[in-house]
Parts: sequence; structure tokens; C-alpha cells
Amino acid sequence: MKNPALIFLGAFLVNNIVLMRFLGLCPFFGVSTAVETATGMGMAVIFVMTLAAWITWIVFHFVLLPFNLVFLRTALFILTIASLVQLVEMFLKKYYQALYSAMGIYLPLITTNCAILGITFLNIDNKFNFLNGTVFAIGTGLGFTLVIITFAAIRERLDLAPINPSLKGYPISFIAAALMALAFLGFSGLFGLT
Amino acid sequence: MKRWHIFTRGLVKENAVLILMIGLCPALAVSGTVRDAFGMGLAATFVLFFSNVIIAMIRKSVPNEVRIPIFILIISTFVTIIDYFMQAFQPDLYRALGVFVPLIVVNCMILGRAEAFASKNSVINAALDGLGVGIGFTLALTVMGSIREILGNGTFLGMTAFGEAFRKTPVIFMILSPGAFLLIGILKALINKYVKKE
Repeated sequence: MKNPALIFLGAFLVNNIVLMRFLGLCPFFGVSTAVETATGMGMAVIFVMTLAAWITWIVFHFVLLPFNLVFLRTALFILTIASLVQLVEMFLKKYYQALYSAMGIYLPLITTNCAILGITFLNIDNKFNFLNGTVFAIGTGLGFTLVIITFAAIRERLDLAPINPSLKGYPISFIAAALMALAFLGFSGLFGLT
Repeated sequence: MKRWHIFTRGLVKENAVLILMIGLCPALAVSGTVRDAFGMGLAATFVLFFSNVIIAMIRKSVPNEVRIPIFILIISTFVTIIDYFMQAFQPDLYRALGVFVPLIVVNCMILGRAEAFASKNSVINAALDGLGVGIGFTLALTVMGSIREILGNGTFLGMTAFGEAFRKTPVIFMILSPGAFLLIGILKALINKYVKKE
């Protein structure tokens, strides 16, 4: 699988990060109570995921591989991502106030988000080059944004619906997510992607 | 008796997955078969136990401002150990768990215990706490893995569960991703209904 368009579609729909790969479930259930906050979270994830894919690709290919330090991958990636997010936050706060107010509060939340770290590992495991890694990260981020906004819209309606008290809150959200995952199963096999 | 309480608290009453709803990503992702679920549980327990012990040992010499990066480094050390150990001795299991082995490092359950308990308590208490929470996590994963494997594949640990006819036409839905979401939704609803809230 070398075609960037197929990589994008695979990451966006077929192997959707939340519903198929089960990564990033904490923000998916935690920050999806309103469409507006879900949108902010989605934007922040696309942004950080792309940056993280770039920087970890560079760290892996220019530091870890040449110096034979691959065993430090887990430790170094998480530290790199954490410092990157801090840096981006400070930069946005100083120079891009509007952008900061739109997604600033979500940035610290996604430092230890398994979706971000997971994508950087998958990038390496799939042996993607720089371009394919970027496409993969953007597709995955967009896929996350698509499902979290849809899910937030569903939950806004669920709040108003008459629901059995023991199903209220988490249980009905999980069942709604199960139905969404079922719908996304329909994409499997699209253009031969599995 | 207090120590006994620290150990048992994490097993059922404050079970990470089923009661507190943390550490959900691995719980849903690798509970397709009993073997994967149990293996994941053991790996997380290993990391939780040793990181809790080390963090409790050094808790007095860690400056407060940089404690989180230090905790993460300690956790990632043990994650790397279990990662390489599984790769060497359990290659099949390692392949099945895939990216979720290195991702133990961002499991909020582990950093949560380090921050909330191990950094404030003695080594023995931290060890008991890590063991209790880890076994609770393993239990929850094994229960989910059993239900999903029996219904979705008609087997339990590879042995036929309900006879050949069911094995040939199982509820495949349950081992696919929607089954994981549905199962935890139903379990959580049952817990809400039958377990008295404190």
C-alpha cells in the first residue's frame, strides 16, 4: 500500500482510529458532550497529530536509527510529543491568539492521548516515508474529527431522549458508539482496503 | 487490615475499567480473545506494579515541578522491558496485541496510580495498590475477552464452547469492533442497575 490517496482513505474511513482501532477513546467519550467542544478537540488533534508525525519521523530516522537506539523509541517519542505540545501552546498563545482561544484548552489534554502516540508508532511499524506518514496522520486526524463531531451531535439528542435510568450516561453512549462502528464496518473492503 | 483494603480496593469496588472507566482503549481493543485479553492484563500489571514501587521509593527526592515527566520516564522504562520480553518469548501474543504494548505507557490508569497513590505512600502500600489495580484490570479484560470469544468465535481459549454447530455460525459481530462497544455498554448498564452506588 504505497498510494497516498489509498492511505488517506484507509486512515479516514476504513480503519477509523476511534471506531476500528480503539485509539483516543478518552477524548471521544470525554469531550463529546457538545458539537462545539468536539469541533475544537478535533481541530487540535489534526494539528498535533500532523506535527507529531513529522517530528517523530525525523527523530526516528535521523537520531534513533543511525545511533542504534531503537529501544528508546517509547520513552523518546512520548517526551518529544509532550515537549512539542508545550512549545506549540506557548507559540500559539503569543502569536495566534484567535487560534489559541479556539483549541488552546484541548492541547494539554492530548499530550498523553494514545491516538497521537499510536499514530507515530503505526507510522514507524508501517514503514511509511515522510509524505505517506503525513497523509496518514492528516487522514487519521480528519477521521477522528468526523466521528467525534457526529458522536457529539448524537449525544446532544440523547440527552433529551427518555432513557432508562441504568442506561443513562456511559452505557447508552457506548451502545450509540457500537451502532456507529457497525455503520463504519460498511466501509471495509472499499477500494480493496481492509 | 488496612493493607488488605488497599490491595482489594482495586479488584472490584474501584475496578479501573468497569467502574472508573479508565484504560478503555486496550480494554476494548484487545478483548477479542481470552488469550490476548489476559496477556494484555498481565503486561499492564507488570508495568503498574514496578512503576508504583520505584515511584514510591524515590517519591521524597523528586522535585514537584518535574514529577510528571519523571513518572512517564519510569513507566516507559518498564513498558520497554515488557515490550522486548514479549517480542522474544511470546511472539504470537506480541503480534496480536500490536501497537497496544508500547501504548501501555499512555494508559491513564498507570500514570493515575503513580500520581494519586504511589507518589504519596510507602513502598509496600504502593506495591499492594499496583498489584490490586493490575489484577482488577486483568479480571475485567478476561471477563470481556471470555464473553467476546465465546459468543463471537464459539471457543474458549481455542476449545469449542457450545458445540460444533455454534462454532460454525457464531455471532461474528461480537469479535468485531461494534461488539466491544456494545458489550461494555451492556456491562456498564448492568453494573448501574445491580451494584449499589456508594
